[in-house]
This record gives sequence, structure tokens and C-alpha cells, in this order.
Amino acid sequence: MVNATLFQVRVIFLSEYILEMKNITKEFPGVKALDNVNFKVKRGEIHCLIGENGSGKSTLMKVLSGFHKHGTYDGQIIFEGKEQKFNTIYDSEKVGIVTIYQELALIPELTVYENIFLGHEIKNKGIIDWNKTITEAEKVLKKLGYTLDTSKKVKDFGVGVQQIIEIAKALSKNVKLLILDEPTSALNETDSEKLLQIIKDLKNHGITSILISHKLNEVLEVADTITVLRDGLTITTIENNNISENVIIKHMVGREINDIYPKRDHEIGDKLFEVKNWKAFDKKNERYVVKSANFYVRRGEIVGIAGLIGAGRTELAHSIFGNPDDYKVSGELYFEGKKVQFKSPSDAIKSGIAYVSEDRKGNGLILDFDIKTNITIANLKKILKGIFVNENEEVIIAEDYRKSLKIKSHSIEQKVLNLSGGNQQKVSLAKWLFVTPKLLILDEPTRGIDVGAKHEIYSIMNELVAEGMSIIMISSELPEVLGMSDRIYVMAGGKIIGELSNKEATQEKIMAMAVEY
Amino acid sequence: MFGELKTLLKKHIREYGMYIALVIIMLIFSFLTDGLFLSARNISNLFNQMGYIAVLAVGMTLVIVIRHIDLSVGFGSGFLGAIAAILMMQHNMPVLPTILIVFALGIIFGLINGFFISFIGLPSFVMTLAGMLIFRGGLLVATQKTGTIIISNDTFNEIGNGYIPDFFHNENIHVTTLLIGIIIILFYIYFEIKRRNNKIKYNFEVLSIPIFILKILLISSIVGYLFWILASYNGLSWTFVIVLIVTFIYHIMTTKTALGRHIYAVGGNPEAAKLSGISLNKITLFVFGSMGLLTALSGILYASRFQSATPTAGTLFELDAIAAAYVGGVSAAGGVGKVTNSIVGALVMASLINGMNLIGVGISFQYIIRGAVLIAAVVFDIKTRSKAS
Ligand SMILES: Nc1ncnc2c1ncn2[C@@H]1O[C@H](COP(=O)(O)OP(=O)(O)OP(=O)(O)O)[C@@H](O)[C@H]1O
Ligand SMILES: [Mg+2]
Repeated sequence: MVNATLFQVRVIFLSEYILEMKNITKEFPGVKALDNVNFKVKRGEIHCLIGENGSGKSTLMKVLSGFHKHGTYDGQIIFEGKEQKFNTIYDSEKVGIVTIYQELALIPELTVYENIFLGHEIKNKGIIDWNKTITEAEKVLKKLGYTLDTSKKVKDFGVGVQQIIEIAKALSKNVKLLILDEPTSALNETDSEKLLQIIKDLKNHGITSILISHKLNEVLEVADTITVLRDGLTITTIENNNISENVIIKHMVGREINDIYPKRDHEIGDKLFEVKNWKAFDKKNERYVVKSANFYVRRGEIVGIAGLIGAGRTELAHSIFGNPDDYKVSGELYFEGKKVQFKSPSDAIKSGIAYVSEDRKGNGLILDFDIKTNITIANLKKILKGIFVNENEEVIIAEDYRKSLKIKSHSIEQKVLNLSGGNQQKVSLAKWLFVTPKLLILDEPTRGIDVGAKHEIYSIMNELVAEGMSIIMISSELPEVLGMSDRIYVMAGGKIIGELSNKEATQEKIMAMAVEY
Repeated sequence: MFGELKTLLKKHIREYGMYIALVIIMLIFSFLTDGLFLSARNISNLFNQMGYIAVLAVGMTLVIVIRHIDLSVGFGSGFLGAIAAILMMQHNMPVLPTILIVFALGIIFGLINGFFISFIGLPSFVMTLAGMLIFRGGLLVATQKTGTIIISNDTFNEIGNGYIPDFFHNENIHVTTLLIGIIIILFYIYFEIKRRNNKIKYNFEVLSIPIFILKILLISSIVGYLFWILASYNGLSWTFVIVLIVTFIYHIMTTKTALGRHIYAVGGNPEAAKLSGISLNKITLFVFGSMGLLTALSGILYASRFQSATPTAGTLFELDAIAAAYVGGVSAAGGVGKVTNSIVGALVMASLINGMNLIGVGISFQYIIRGAVLIAAVVFDIKTRSKAS
């Protein structure tokens, strides 16, 4: 008799879905970040996950990657047909799920090849085989269309290339499902384009991607499917064919936003602040970070400073704002007609200048402090009673900002560490509004912020200038610069190379100036 | 109610953990010594023993909060104690000016540390290691001619050995101590209620009434019992009073003033603090200056307690202070740590030493056990921290 098992054909049933997350619920003390979320990703597609700040996107991905380990959430994860219970990120990487987080996770002081194979080094009898490591690293990068000197340190490259190195690192781990949490939020248009192209190429090689982004135009460009989260709930999953941005916005925020850049009309006053022949020399790295800057801002005016990442805009802002990085500066500053010198940020703040940093986690907020203490830290003297901080008043002030800026949190005593990126940005803004400045310098004010909140921030900016405040807005997002500025300066290679009025400015003109330089 | 108690314990396990450890240590030693450990005499003794480390631990907490370390406080304390002895014994200086001069010197030494660390950018480890060597040398020079300097000034020696006077002359009980205890408890209850009402006003989370009462009862009875014990012996010692005052001032300074906020901001994120208009240099100077002042105080407490200045005074004080701060939950990553917890940390370590002495554990084993307890405390802290976030 023939043994029956010989005839047993092992059918591997490949489901259409590579990933199914079923009824995922995740609670933090005081917040339900995910509420019965269902999320399915088809094999080989690019699936975009979108939603307002704090809607739970990052949390969902952290559940998937094992960052929040099995047992700390409810629900089921099915990957490649099998239920998965990840305890660490390492577990999920073993089955081919690799995440690139909102914050880059490279080690700046290590070389490119060391970074790419960090944590899964190529070893020969326990000893790292560096030659093989280097060739392999170059091979992966080549797959992505890049040839780099892999022996250089990561810190020597711009954010754009660093992002590529992150992807190379993921590829070197045999990735099947690549998760990218806001990979383009810190990239300029050209680098973003390149990155998106790479994700599309990976798709042709059979790699599935989940992409989180607040930039709806790029979502529409690359997505096969779009899932929208709102307040921890799955709102909808739709195929990306011929849907318009407005439709997605409506799903995201629950209402229509007609004009993302709200109009304003008010008088612009006299010159408030002027910078002449400004230079800043970075003593540590021995180079000029600002080679020449001449510009001014009038009362009630919004001035945009456009340029590519690395043009020296943040350095310009720092060097003006009391020079905390200790550059050697020269040139003149005039504030309200008088020549001024700022020896430290506190001098600048006293004169009425505020600077909302682009890097809210790095140097904007104190992550271990709660919302209210972060809001008041730059202007504690306003709420002092004798030498004591008036905590009652602090609470009232913080509550006010929480309401007016719609900061999503369970209380103003929540640590900012646990806030979503967009809400951290709002806390940062609140902190600087509390110093009631005459001039507000905003550095990438809407990086990583959802459309609804963007619209809110633009409206707040309009209210502020209507009250007579002046705003300098540094931004890499051209539509935003064009939509909000009265005048635009273009910066490249450490120099302000041109000025355009709102009427004459176009995306093409600005890019042409910035790139040509 | 028990559910709430459980979540409360879970949420604050880090803070309560240390108190629980303290209680366990006390109970164990009390059991092993047939109650001798918790006797009035020993408890009173325990507080006097920990005084000079406790004040160092308070200053060290702030140093660690701003991500630095101060290794010079041990021999600094020994050296400053010797200066006090020399001024009084060899130059016939009265007590008060002596103390003021020693305080001033302490502040100056601290500011010098702070200056090199902030303005010149020396790593604090290196700067204060050098300070430790210099102070050690200074101490040896100071005591070279005479060897140990005996201090025969009664007023000065009272600081480390004396007790506050009783105004009521009761035979069995120190009434003033008892009254102070009662006043402290009443203040405590008043502020807890006020704080709770305030929180309710702003719709913040508060403990439910029964748990709240339970907490107040628990703490009040511990404080009450402590003062009762002390009152039935000699009353409050001057050392205890000094530690209490220092702790109170630093607690208020760190939690209620702008300066305190700024210190924690610098520790939490120096870059952000700088951009918020806070001067890192000023804060560093202040914290090291305050450390210097407390070092001087510690030197005075120690010299006074042993009525002498010895060539080895201050040995390893810095490590005891650092250990107390870590047992109390400060974080080397900066920005985290309470002075009150460091005091409890110092109490844990002091109880350990005192208890082991009572049951006759050899000095070598004492070091090993203290090392193990330090590791256990920090492991506990790290484990509970990652869970809380
Ligand atoms: N560790 C945590 N502890 C407490 N609450 C948290 C924690 N992590 C996230 N949250 C909360 O969970 C909610 C979802 O946050 P999440 O970071 O997933 O938002 P997001 O959709 O990624 O937002 P963004 O677009 O701003 O990045 C927020 O309300 C946030 O405050
Ligand atoms: Mg996110």
C-alpha cells in the first residue's frame, strides 16, 4: 500500500495580505491611543498611513515592530499567514519587518558601513570581517543607486543621504516589509523625490512598504492604498485611484478645509528689525556658516526665508538669536531703530525676540518636563511671586494655550516626551508665544504637522501679525513659503542671494535661485 | 479602594520602593538586634551619624542633576573641618566667625570648581578629581605639625553632639521636640489638603478621599512616632535640626523657585535650556558653589561630632554622598532626582551601616554589602523607570 502521506501535497496558501493587524487596542495612562484598529496591507504594495497628529500612526507601527511588546496591547498581528508575538524589535526584524523611525537612528560618529551593519555584523568565527562588510555595504547602496565613500562618518552627510543610509541598513537585513515613519519630513523636495523613487523601485523588487506622511501630495503620488486614522480609530481604507487631496483631508480631520493658507489683509508698518553684513564663523568646524546676510522685517510682516536644507538658515537664526553656539559673528543688528548686540539668547528674549527651533526634541523642548513647565520655562519671571513660581497662574496659562492651540493631551501635566510630534510642536510654539515677542522666528514651523494643525498654525500666525507682531519663517516647504509670506528671501551656501515679493515669487523662481547658486 | 491602592503602588513604585526598602531594613535589624536598632538612643544616634553625609547628598543631587559629579567633597569636607579646628584652637577665633570663614572658603572652592567646569570646559570628573587630590594634600599639610587637632570648644562641639534645649523641663519627655513634631505634622496636613483642593479646582487627577486620608495618616504617624522616640530620649539633636533645615530650603528651592526650574531644565536638556535664555555657566557656578557651602557644613558637622580634625577626615564621603543620591533615584542622564529622596537614600545607607555595626558585621563585609545594596537600588530604579514610561 502506498503511504498516504506521500500524496499529501503541502499547499502553502499565500494570502493576498502580507500583514493583518486585527482589533488592535493600545492604552497609555489616560489615553486610548488605538481603539480596535484594523489594518491590512497587501503583498507588494505601498500602503500609506495618514492621520492627524496624535491619531495613533506611530503607535500602531510601534505595536507592529515589537517596540510595544506583545501583551501590552490587545489584538492580533498576522504576518505572512502566521500570528506573531514580538517581544522586541529584534524579533520583528528576524521575520523581515524593518522600521525606520521618525527620528533617525544612525550613530553620527560611526562610518557608513559600520552603521549599515550595526547590530547584525558580518562575522567570521566571531571576528568582524570588515572587507566583506565594506563590499556588502557598497553593494546595498548601489542597489539604491548611490555610490558613497562608506568609510566616511555618517555625520559628514546631509539628512537626505542619511535617510538613504537608513534604507540601506534596512535592506541589508533582508527586509520584506519596510515601515517608514515620516521619512521625508526633514528632506527637501529633490531628496524627497529621490527617496520616493527608491520606495517605488523596492516595490518592483517585491518589497512591501508602509509609509507614514503628512505630505499629501507625495501620498497621492506613491500610494496604492491609503488608510486614514483619526483619534485612534480606523476611519477608512481606500484604493488610490483618482482621489483628490480634499477627500483625504476630509477623512483626516472630519471636516473640509477650503483654503489651507488663510488670507489676511492688514497694514504693514515700519522696519522693526534689520540685519546688515552679517557673518558667522563656526570655530569648531572652522568654516563660515553664514557668509553674508542682509535683510529686514517690518512690523506686522511675515518674511519667508527659503532655501535648501544645509543653506545655513538655522545657523543664521541661531547666530542672530544671542548666538548660543558661540560662533564668531560680525555685522550689525538693528531693533526698533537702535543698534543692538545680543550676547546670549536671554538678551534677545529681553529685547522681544523669540525663536522656535526646528529640532523640537534636540533643542526645543525638555522632554522630561510636562507641558506646563515647558510652556513657562523661557519666561518664568512673568509668573513669579517673589522668588516663587506661582503654580496656580502657571496652570491657568498652560490651560489657555492648550485650548487655543488645541494641544492634544490628557492633561497639562503630561510629559511632552509622550506627546505626538505635532503636539510637541504646538507646545514649542506656546512656549515662545508666552514670552510675548515682537519678532517671532519660526524655524520649519510645520515640519511633521498634519494639515488641520498646519491650517491652525497659519491662522495663528495671521492673528499674531494682525496684532503687530513680525514673523520670520524659515521653511523648506515652498508652498508654505509662497502661501504665507509677504516677502521672501532665498538663502543658499550661507548667503542670502535674493529677495522676491509675494507677487513675483513662484516655486520655479525660488528653486532656480537656490539650486543655481 | 484596593484597586486604587494597587494602581497607585504600581505607578509610584519607584518612589515608594525606597521607603519600603527602608522599612524592611529597619525591621530586619530591629529583629536581629532584639529591638535595639529601633531604640530611642540608637535612632537618635543614627541621625547624628548620617548628618554630614546627608548634607553632602543634598548638594550632590543637584550636581548630578546637571550631569556633573563632584569627587572633591570628601577631602574638601575634611580639609575645611581642619581649617575650622586650626582657626579656633591655634588662632583663638570664636565659633561664629570661624564658621562664617569656613562657609566662605567652601563657597569659594566650589565656585573655582564651577568656573573651570563651566567657563573653561573641564570635565567635572577631572576637575574635581584634581580638587580631591589638592584637598587631601591640604589636609595633610594642615595636620602635619600637630597630627590630630583636638577641638576643646564646647559651643562648637555642641553642633555635632548637643540637643536643642527643652523649655518645659519635663522629667520623662522632651516637650519642645514633641511640639515641633506636632507643628510639622499640622503643617504637612494643611499643605496636603491645600494641594489637593487646588488640583480639584483644575480638574487634575487626585487620590480618592479614603486613600488620601490613609496616606496622611500613614505619614503623620511615622513622623509622629519618630518625634515621640526622639522626645523620649534627649530630644532633637542640633545635627538633626540642621539637616531638616537644609533639606527644607533645598526642597523649596528646587520645587518652587525659578532657579530650581532652571537647574532641572539645564539637566534635562542643556541645548533647549540655553535657547530658552538660561545661562548654563551661571547654573553650573551656582550648583558647584552650593556644593562647596554644603561641603563646609559637612566638615563642620564632622569635626564637631568627633571634636577633632584628623588627617583622614572625609575619606570616601564623596562616594557615600553619591551612593545616597543614586539610592534616592537621581539619574546620571540628567534632569531627574529629588533632594528629599536623596536624604532618604542617605538614611537607607546609614541604617545599613548602623545596623551592621550593631550585629557585629566585620568592616570588610560591610563594604561588600553596601556595594551590593547600591547596585540593587539602581537596578530597581532603572527597571521601574522603563516600566513607568
Ligand atoms: N509612551 C506614551 N505614553 C503616553 N502616551 C503616549 C505614548 N506614546 C504615544 N502616546 C499618545 O498616544 C497618542 C498617539 O500618538 P502617536 O505618536 O501614535 O501619534 P501619531 O499619529 O504618530 O502623530 P504624529 O503625526 O504627530 O507623529 C497621542 O495622544 C500620544 O500622546
Ligand atoms: Mg508619529
